Amino acid sequence: MIRLNLTKRLKGAEGEFDLVFDQEIENGSFVALSGKSGSGKTTLLRMLAGLDVPDSGEIIVGDEVWVDTKKKINRKAQKRAIGFVFQDYSLFPNMSVRENIAFAAEEKRQVDLLLEMIELTELADRYPASLSGGQQQRVALARAVARRPKILLLDEPLSALDKSTRTKLQDEILKIHKAFGITTLLVSHDTSEIFKLATRMIELEAGRVTRVGTPSQLFSSSLGSRKFSFVGEVLEIKKEDIVYVISLAIGSSISEVVVSKEEAAKLSVGDKVMIASKAFNPVLKKI
Amino acid sequence: MIDFEPFYISAKLSLITTVLLFIIAFPVAYYLAHTKSRLKPVLEAVTALPIVLPPTVLGFYLLVALSENSPLGRFFADVFDVKLVFSFEGLVVASCFYSFPFMVQPLQAGLESMNRSIVEAAYTLGKSTWQTLLFVILPNIKPAILTATIITFAHTMGEFGVVLMVGGAIPGVTKVASVAIYDHVEMMDYMTAHVYSAILVTVSFLVLLTVYFLNRKAAKVLK
Repeated sequence: MIRLNLTKRLKGAEGEFDLVFDQEIENGSFVALSGKSGSGKTTLLRMLAGLDVPDSGEIIVGDEVWVDTKKKINRKAQKRAIGFVFQDYSLFPNMSVRENIAFAAEEKRQVDLLLEMIELTELADRYPASLSGGQQQRVALARAVARRPKILLLDEPLSALDKSTRTKLQDEILKIHKAFGITTLLVSHDTSEIFKLATRMIELEAGRVTRVGTPSQLFSSSLGSRKFSFVGEVLEIKKEDIVYVISLAIGSSISEVVVSKEEAAKLSVGDKVMIASKAFNPVLKKI
Repeated sequence: MIDFEPFYISAKLSLITTVLLFIIAFPVAYYLAHTKSRLKPVLEAVTALPIVLPPTVLGFYLLVALSENSPLGRFFADVFDVKLVFSFEGLVVASCFYSFPFMVQPLQAGLESMNRSIVEAAYTLGKSTWQTLLFVILPNIKPAILTATIITFAHTMGEFGVVLMVGGAIPGVTKVASVAIYDHVEMMDYMTAHVYSAILVTVSFLVLLTVYFLNRKAAKVLK
């Protein structure tokens, strides 16, 4: 269990505001932090990592006190069992892929294991400058978990990548989260990404927590009252005469829904959607 | 018969100055690269002063400051039993002032252009400040370090005014190559002056060539 109870004064684009955060995060969970840029999400991650200091409050991880401003405790970043993945990858340019991971790993055996896991064994001797963005971020991910941290912090790790690379990396993140059972905090703007990865979602606005819940609870609440609703993935978009037929995978079953041309234009294969019904006609909404 | 001792003194002076200055200037450059203090322009102006001041002005102040009548000169005389005026040690101190900006500025530029988050990344991986300095910061500003140390070395080789003011021209002690050339011209010994000058030109050119050549190679690895 991670207990965070923090305040910090932040400078935003529209003047100063207070970041106030009081939440508990369960061990092994995958929590997404969402909200507009400048709402304090990254600062929150940085305070947990020990890269920023809160004005007041406490961070307790398991039975370890990492921060307690009253008792003047502030554990150094080096002494916190975290892995941090930066938006700009931040690989060491002077080290090869293998050296980047080995620099972090305590056991050398771990390095080959991780290289295999992120499928970069063949690029192990290349330097970061010669890798694509997606490859760099995979190395950064492997490096972050190389010393077996308790908490993995991901600060908009995929926002600079194109869609197909993003999807692949989301799978890698999920794989690593499950394989190591690491408590993971992800800052993200991408709703489908949050839906795919997170089990819990915390929404911040100007430093305050506005909503907390499972992603489906939070995203579906904007649809209004309804009789039923399911979450599915778009498999196929077919044009039939004047309407479009969308094939959806919902759980293990496949359903077909008729939508208009305008609705179909907003969807593409692979999108996560919510299918809901209020009266007769099912409503399809991209999430 | 050409006397090479002035070159030996010049090289020794430059080497010692470069090593000392790297140690002194690195923390200053690091501070200047990361500070958000409003005093930063003032500090930068002070560190850059030796570039614009006539060497005689710098030399004059150093002569006054290092003499045994001043607190600094007194301190060195009492504690280390070292006389800083018209001595080799004095030349080292003076050269450190004279070449300071040539060490600080490239280092500062290198540190400023380095992605700051790789330092934070090293911290989150459990690396101490020293480990981060040795394995992350220094290797990633290698071109800047090369430029700074080699330019400092070459600049100290070529100093004249400060050396003459603080060290005089004591053969075998403070008579460096540039002063030796001046001496020989004064004595109308153009032949020796020619040889000395040619050597200095060649050495300087080779040093600069090395800098630019190595920098091109290092830049390729670090992108």
